[in-house]
Amino acid sequence: MFRELLGGLRTTMREMVSPPITIQYPEEQRPVPPRHRGRHILHRYDNGLEKCIGCELCAGACPVGCIYVQAAENDPEHPVSPGERYAIRYEINLMRCIYCGYCAEACPTEAITLGPRLDLVDYKRERLVATKDDLLEAWPGFQPLPVAVVPGLGQAASQPSPRGAGSSHAGPAGSAPGLRPPIPGGRGGSE
Amino acid sequence: MGLRGESQLILPPGATGPLLAADGIALPGVIPRSIPGARDLADAAAEEGVFTTTVGKVIAWGRYSSLWPALFGLACCAIEMMGASNPRFDLSRFGAEVFRASPRQADLMIVAGRVSQKMGPVLRHIYDQMPEPKWVISMGACASCGGIFNNYAIIQGVDKVVPVDVYIPGCPPRPEGLIDAVMKLQQKIAATPVTGVRQ
Repeated sequence: MFRELLGGLRTTMREMVSPPITIQYPEEQRPVPPRHRGRHILHRYDNGLEKCIGCELCAGACPVGCIYVQAAENDPEHPVSPGERYAIRYEINLMRCIYCGYCAEACPTEAITLGPRLDLVDYKRERLVATKDDLLEAWPGFQPLPVAVVPGLGQAASQPSPRGAGSSHAGPAGSAPGLRPPIPGGRGGSE
Repeated sequence: MGLRGESQLILPPGATGPLLAADGIALPGVIPRSIPGARDLADAAAEEGVFTTTVGKVIAWGRYSSLWPALFGLACCAIEMMGASNPRFDLSRFGAEVFRASPRQADLMIVAGRVSQKMGPVLRHIYDQMPEPKWVISMGACASCGGIFNNYAIIQGVDKVVPVDVYIPGCPPRPEGLIDAVMKLQQKIAATPVTGVRQ
């Protein structure tokens, strides 16, 4: 009888001495899969022009209708995007969004992708409407490409390089303005 | 966000008022003492090896350290809610793992899933049965604003029925999202005065 008891409790005993599998979440985070669909990012070209041309295909493809795009004509002297038009307003209701990625699939210029960001919890629903400024700028600490740490450079090596940050660099309020590529003619009417 | 004007009519007065550290409310460690000189007295006592605190801080500590959620899993978000309490994510690290089937024993309602028009009165009934103080987390796009179900059968945002403290976007949010929400709610509880009318 004792042997059967031990046999039945074998799994329990084994799990009792095995190390815990708990992820101490706020301090220790699971690696985000590369195809994870988190908060959206509006990308730029390497010369600073926005990839979005304001065609509203993303808004049309969105199954919940959480994207609002208002297009405007580009000023030929100071273009914001390479095309004829650019998005003067680009807003996404992050609360209504279901993060399906159809907007990224519909985009002809790959201007919008869904990034790795997870922490979107908020107290007020108004703040969960992301405007163009929120989506264009990279959040603090975001590194679009893995950057090799050069010994001796210290903190500067952990910052994204200008080439690596070309597609989604720090925004107007970014902490590293020197990393921003030059934008021909300024940003025009990008609000 | 046209729902806001309607939801304000149902919410108790002040439910949309100023909220938190991010909203301008001080965290407990920086709440100014109302009695002049009390801060110096507390610091002097701490040097002698005696630690002082206020009753309000102790009560708030007890409140945010043992949030007992009422089960309100309505759809797929409930799967992630169950996942948040499993050993890998371990919601009990925050004292919020005791999911109660009875609203009388719960002080946090996690609305996980879309709420139909028929479920709305039930949800409100359950909420009313919970003893004060009580909090609500709206988990997922459907509970927060209707999500993909923008139709006549689904309530477009559970805050039309009950006052919501924390919203979690996502369809469904990951368990980390729920843990984030619980931590944000704990900050909110810690910053809320325990006396007086609760906002």
